Amino acid sequence: MFKLETRNANLWYGEKQALKNISIGIEPNSVTSFIGPSGCGKSTLLRCFNRMNDLIENTKIKGEFLLDNTDIYDMDVYELRKKVGMVFQKPNPFPKSIFENVAYGLRIVGGKDRNEIKDKVELSLKNAALWDEVNGILNKPALSLSGGQQQRLCIARTLAIEPTVVLMDEPASALDPISTSKIEDLIYELKQKFTIVIVTHNMQQAARISNKTAFFYLGELIEFDNTDKMFTNPQNERTQNYVTGRFG
Amino acid sequence: MRRKEKLIEVLMICCSFVTILTTAGIILILTVETVKFFSEVSIIHFVTDTQWTPLFTEKHYGILPLLSGTLLTTTIAILFAVPLGLIIAVYLNEYASPRFTAFVKPILEVLAAIPTVVYGFFALQFVTPSLQKIIPDLNGFNALSPGLVMGVMIIPYITSLSEDSLRAVPRSLREASYGMGATRFQTAFRVMVPAASSGIIVSVILAVSRALGETMIVAIAAGQQPKLTFNPKESVETITTYIVQVSMGDVPQDSLEFKTIFAAGLTLFVFTFILNSLSYWTRSRFQNKYE
Ligand SMILES: Nc1ncnc2c1ncn2[C@@H]1O[C@H](COP(=O)(O)OP(=O)(O)OP(=O)(O)O)[C@@H](O)[C@H]1O
Ligand SMILES: [Mg+2]
Repeated sequence: MFKLETRNANLWYGEKQALKNISIGIEPNSVTSFIGPSGCGKSTLLRCFNRMNDLIENTKIKGEFLLDNTDIYDMDVYELRKKVGMVFQKPNPFPKSIFENVAYGLRIVGGKDRNEIKDKVELSLKNAALWDEVNGILNKPALSLSGGQQQRLCIARTLAIEPTVVLMDEPASALDPISTSKIEDLIYELKQKFTIVIVTHNMQQAARISNKTAFFYLGELIEFDNTDKMFTNPQNERTQNYVTGRFG
Repeated sequence: MRRKEKLIEVLMICCSFVTILTTAGIILILTVETVKFFSEVSIIHFVTDTQWTPLFTEKHYGILPLLSGTLLTTTIAILFAVPLGLIIAVYLNEYASPRFTAFVKPILEVLAAIPTVVYGFFALQFVTPSLQKIIPDLNGFNALSPGLVMGVMIIPYITSLSEDSLRAVPRSLREASYGMGATRFQTAFRVMVPAASSGIIVSVILAVSRALGETMIVAIAAGQQPKLTFNPKESVETITTYIVQVSMGDVPQDSLEFKTIFAAGLTLFVFTFILNSLSYWTRSRFQNKYE
């Protein structure tokens, strides 16, 4: 059984079709990478899974989108987004304290118990491998952290709502190599508890961290297979060209 | 060609000097006349006496009644306009379609373009009688009605500036909030409004100083009885109304009575000056938050 699944997914931004007949199934507790040249629809597909595209005017969406075999359009959208968390390309902490950033998700569901919130904030920061660096400065503004720390804070913020899926759209593209490797280690850890889908332009990164890789081109899913196979023995010529760096 | 450019530059400098000189002139006259006033009336008296009766035979020069009238009408206006103006701003920014916002904002700004004398008349002839149906003991001249009408007048200031600063909040923050399962309402009031708070505060400060200085509406509908009261049902006189009353009346120019308006004017100026500095400070302090 798949954790996330689309069947014949199509999406239009106005007249422009960004996703064409995409059917893909994502297994639980795995890391799946979406790769492909810029503009091929990776982010668009990712944003379908938590219905973030609903926020954009003039989009038309067709096809089936399933979370745990339930149509996500039959679910309450706010509940869906609590189960399917998202980490964005650029770190986007709220202009609040470190603590309040992580507590945000708990507060919006009406969390009032101070000790419980404190415990969950701590746990989430530990899960995001940030606790040691921010313990003791939790009341400082989140924007005073470095870019890499901010991104891990955003991950902690997402983990705090206890999602089962975490979508990451190029989470390390704005970061230095050390922060990037911290995030990669983190993703590896998180796989134990979460299902992770990550968009990346970094082939080595996809090869290092993901179980499966999907290659997209001009809105179509060209190939989807185990990561080893995708990088060593892809079936499609375009995949071959892309992963070896001959185009894209 | 060179000389022409030079000439243009000189002209421009002259233009900016006109405004600087005007400001300096106003402050100078205000100060000089106020100093003269305080050579005859003690400043302690001015700030502690609870009566203001310079035009009567038994003279008192306590600014407090005028100040309370000014603050009362301003407070009513602000209490009415800030929540409403902010809610409209949030609605336009978070709920309404961009096309609707583009359509409504200019219309709203027309509210600020209505001559204040029209507002004053509206307060006296329509709002007060209507309020009297609900509050029977409301005086014909009162602080409440012009306060509310002044509130309507300043709503566009608050809405327009607040909406601008809400719009300047990076998209990514909104997405982060929605991405965590927050509702529109939660996103608007827990993320967007706090993130735009510096702009919102500036808008409120500007609205306050606009209300403090507003003359026509209160002169028409609040009455001309300096009274130290915070009861909105009663008639009050604001600093601005008093200044109009004296400068339009037949008080001799070099009398102490006439000098009272400078002391009163300077008091008002001190308040608006502090508010302007505050808004300037807020703006420069938070300007680069997202850069
Ligand atoms: N909000 C939008 N309105 C209109 N068109 C859009 C919008 N977002 C994306 N598109 C278009 O849809 C297509 C797919 O975009 P998408 O962002 O999914 O690509 P991507 O694979 O994530 O690219 P990148 O690697 O550059 O992030 C692109 O052609 C893009 O121009
Ligand atoms: Mg993208």
